[in-house]
Amino acid sequence: MSTTLIEITSKQRNSNSWEEPFFINMGPQHPSTHGVLRLVLELEGETIVHCDPRIGYLHRGVEKLAENLNYNQTVVLSDRLDYIASAANNVAFCLAFEKLFGLEVPRRAKLLRTIVGEMARISSHLLWLATHALDIGAMTVFLYCFRDREWLLNIFEKICGARLTHSYVRVGGVRLDFTQEIIDELYKFTEEFPNRILEYETLIDVNRIWLKRTIDIAVVTAEKAINLGLTGPVLRGSGVPYDVRKFRPYDAYSEVEFEVPVGERGDTYDRYKVRMKELRQSNWIIRQCLDKLAETKGEPVLAEGAPDLLIPEKIKEPEPKPHPKKGFIFTGKEVDVVPPGEAFASIESPKGELAVYVVSDGSNKPWRLRIRTPSFVHISAIPELSRGYMIADLIAIIGTLDVVLGDCDR
Amino acid sequence: MDFNSLYIILSALVLFLLAMFHVAYLTYAERKIIARMQQRLGPNRVGPRGILQPIADVLKLIQKEDIIHPGVDKPVFVMAPLISLVCAASGLAFIPLWENFVLSNLNVGLLFILALSSLSAYGVILSGWASNSRYSFLGALRASAQVISYEIAMSLSLLSVVLMAGSFNLQDIVKAQLSTPYKVYLIPQIVAFFVFMVSALAETNRVPFDLPEAETELVAGYFTEYSGIRFALFYLAEYFGMIVMSALAVTCFLGGYAGPFEIPGIPFFWFLIKIYAFLFFYIWVRATLPRYRYDQLMGLGWKVLIPLSLLNLLVTAFIKLLI
Amino acid sequence: MEELYKEINERFSKFLLKLEEKDCPVITVKREGFLDFIEFLKDFGFKHLIDLCGVDYLNYKPEKKEERFEVVYHLYNFEKRALIRVKVPIPESDCWQYSLTFLWETSNWFERECWDMFGIKFKGHPDLRRLLMPEDWEGFPLRKDYPLYLEEDKEWKGYKELKRKTKGEHS
Repeated sequence: MSTTLIEITSKQRNSNSWEEPFFINMGPQHPSTHGVLRLVLELEGETIVHCDPRIGYLHRGVEKLAENLNYNQTVVLSDRLDYIASAANNVAFCLAFEKLFGLEVPRRAKLLRTIVGEMARISSHLLWLATHALDIGAMTVFLYCFRDREWLLNIFEKICGARLTHSYVRVGGVRLDFTQEIIDELYKFTEEFPNRILEYETLIDVNRIWLKRTIDIAVVTAEKAINLGLTGPVLRGSGVPYDVRKFRPYDAYSEVEFEVPVGERGDTYDRYKVRMKELRQSNWIIRQCLDKLAETKGEPVLAEGAPDLLIPEKIKEPEPKPHPKKGFIFTGKEVDVVPPGEAFASIESPKGELAVYVVSDGSNKPWRLRIRTPSFVHISAIPELSRGYMIADLIAIIGTLDVVLGDCDR
Repeated sequence: MDFNSLYIILSALVLFLLAMFHVAYLTYAERKIIARMQQRLGPNRVGPRGILQPIADVLKLIQKEDIIHPGVDKPVFVMAPLISLVCAASGLAFIPLWENFVLSNLNVGLLFILALSSLSAYGVILSGWASNSRYSFLGALRASAQVISYEIAMSLSLLSVVLMAGSFNLQDIVKAQLSTPYKVYLIPQIVAFFVFMVSALAETNRVPFDLPEAETELVAGYFTEYSGIRFALFYLAEYFGMIVMSALAVTCFLGGYAGPFEIPGIPFFWFLIKIYAFLFFYIWVRATLPRYRYDQLMGLGWKVLIPLSLLNLLVTAFIKLLI
Repeated sequence: MEELYKEINERFSKFLLKLEEKDCPVITVKREGFLDFIEFLKDFGFKHLIDLCGVDYLNYKPEKKEERFEVVYHLYNFEKRALIRVKVPIPESDCWQYSLTFLWETSNWFERECWDMFGIKFKGHPDLRRLLMPEDWEGFPLRKDYPLYLEEDKEWKGYKELKRKTKGEHS
């Protein structure tokens, strides 16, 4: 608050008129800033003149921590970034590390990763819809969405034992195979879920108040969106069909069919529509992957040569010398765990493009791990998007950007 | 003490207890009904099916620390919830609950209720101002603008009822309705009824017009800084407001206490049934609709409802002249 | 991509330090010619600035780096579906880099974060404040010589004052 007061006084000193700008400090504790986002707003009436997001309240220094943990431990950190869709984060980290290690993931593991990635997308989008609608005031949608998200989380629990921070994906594959029970449950889910989407849409799709609150709010042109670095559904809402799953396919996305829905006007309603269509596409992808899983039954889910959970500092190259008494002794020279170099991997996380850039120095820990998270970029765009709109619209804008502060602050 | 004043005190007591009971269980009903609409359980821990929940709530709120933070304007801060509550609740005194039961059969009863409900805006404004908080201030500004503009639409719609009945006295309005062929003003005054219902939602700050306390925008609007029992008073005021508005709607448009047939032994039966229908409507709307934006809300009030009710008033007046 | 290489070799050979082909083309350029180079890339179609980050190569064992820091840019071309990595070495003694805010608004926060974490100044940045760390923080956490763990009062000078204040209020 003190900084805000300083700003007020300095503004007063510099301004010619006597009017004091009306500052409001939204957050870090506020019902609709989705965590600990703090926005310092300068208002004129209820219109936003300037908005200055202050982040860092959830800064845990994941990038620094990763430099002191080994690669498999780092994957666990990734759960805590975007805790709504942690499976997607796991995938991004593992893809980058696998590039470093030079591992080829087995097909079944790829399919499983695709499934959990899309499940994460559905659960993230459901949470987004729930909170977005709640922010605008439609309370019932919230609980409808949570009902179905609960189902999905229960399936996650069956898959890996955790509901939120899965760490299911690991370097070189996945941790566990699906049991038949999970596959049956997922079939049931994919069967039922399209009807559930219809349910949400009946509630708000043509609701006059919903339309009034979302149409022509926070319009971003395609060019502007690219310039602002927006990705994911927000960019596609502006009509740019950029989807990492199509442009740089990873995992099993090259072998499944799906469409990339795009919007036209680039307003909040279009982004809502895009996400609703994505829910259906994700459902369709899961369905296809489940069918393909049957073909690969019994295949391994972890690549050969995948690093152990506790990666040693240096590996001793086994040079099997016959020992007169003990059989073999390993007196090889020490070699690097992973070749030094750098790797970059990006995925289409539910919120946008999640990119991981990792530099290695040959030891078991990353030398530098850079995480480009979509929420970070999206929050940086809030001042540009919210200028000239009202406070009530700002809520809709935060909602439509779908930010998670754990993802933003890292 | 003569018999008359004793009668008045007794009936005031009856009315008060009835109203308090209804307010308490209105909160319970709201939570239960919305829970059912949203496929969850609602309160179910205190007593069988959570039936004692309102009592537990009240006890909890009384126990809570009453925080008055140092920045506030203390006398105004303390007074504001009382103003809201008194203005909201005292409207009930003029409503004829039964043929023989009206606490104060005032000649300008309708006008008085309107005046009281506009006065309750003062509670909101003063609380927002005295809290010395930016969110409260914005909430209070919104509330005052909203209450003032919707007051006009509501008064105009009620004026056409007054024109039909030829009286401001609520008892007379009910009797005038019973003498018409339909027995209710709902059918000839359907436009006025529509305008009244929408503006009553806005007047009581209910969804979709709950902007002054828009939780996701202004934290809690004008009562952000209130806690404990003072917070409860605002809460009570809102529910009293709902009940008064429903009672007014029943009295002016649905034939008041009269029913299709007499039920012996249960006074207020038809009146309560009608009120419950209205309250259910309020709750239903809350579970269904999102919230308007501030400027859209004002636009709806000034550009749609006020012209509509004015037109309705003119037409009613003309018809009245011709007949 | 060949025409890109050709053009780069023709026009920017003076500033070009290295051109490698790893998981994507990696181009290391000198800071002096960086602005022209990146503008050329943007005109060429690399419209999407995916990422901007700093790397600290203090005591990096596998290879000897000339300068301590590097600023790494990842750019993406939508039409050609091509990813490119641009690296700019930054010396420790003269620790600044050109800002890209006039080309990409998204680089605003990336650069602020880079300044916050590595202490690399960005010339031409409109609003270079700390982003993730508190405004009165000292030191740059992601530098390799910044320890992972410090006592609270050594880490942040406001801590002592805060502690004293809370104690004073209670006693």
